[in-house]
Amino acid sequence: MSVEVRVPTILRPLTGGEKIVQAQGATLEAVIKDLDASYPGIGERLVDDSGLRRFVNVYVNDEDVRFMDSLQTPVQDGDSVTILPAVAGG
Amino acid sequence: MLVIRRELVDRIVAHARADHPDEACGVIAGPVGTDRPERFIPMVNAARSPTFYEFDSSDLLRLYRQMDDLDEVPVVIYHSHTATEARPSRTDISLASEPDAHYVLVSTRQTGPLDGPYELRSFRIVDGQVSEEDVQIVEAYPG
Repeated sequence: MSVEVRVPTILRPLTGGEKIVQAQGATLEAVIKDLDASYPGIGERLVDDSGLRRFVNVYVNDEDVRFMDSLQTPVQDGDSVTILPAVAGG
Repeated sequence: MLVIRRELVDRIVAHARADHPDEACGVIAGPVGTDRPERFIPMVNAARSPTFYEFDSSDLLRLYRQMDDLDEVPVVIYHSHTATEARPSRTDISLASEPDAHYVLVSTRQTGPLDGPYELRSFRIVDGQVSEEDVQIVEAYPG
């Protein structure tokens, strides 16, 4: 399963400046693991021990994975994954 | 330094007053590479809170898709403080994730929803480091 991952500005230093990268996996969790293997350090920016980080939004085919199965959301060949940090504050 | 048209500043302040006492938030997008705020995009504060703001996740995706399609970036990310000064809070600093943006804060603590004096300041927030910058308000951008 090869998916296209859109990387936000703040994480592009980890992908050598690339905005769109490829990754493999049958679930979002597997895709993130694969991303981290290619671009070490990116995984911990997205997930912590309790799952997807609170202020990171991930969309599979434009659906927020929080409204699907979060890290267990299945992905298929050709799907697109978009990562966007929350715009939030106090 | 942030150079911004007066009309855009007026719209930020008007949005902050309209949403007072909740925090108001939004973006002013501009063409990639220009550092020029042009397209005013008020956002809904999904938190609807006087002490917190967050863009709704589907609004956020739509916003970034649209900016991508138009070759724009978020030049300004603004929000209001409604009971405190116009300076980034600890939460603002820890959640800031656009190193190239001007983080504009406006405080409505003096007059709330009413006309009158307000504070508006601009900051860069990069890797948890905050630096304030001058704001130059212009009638029109040069060129």
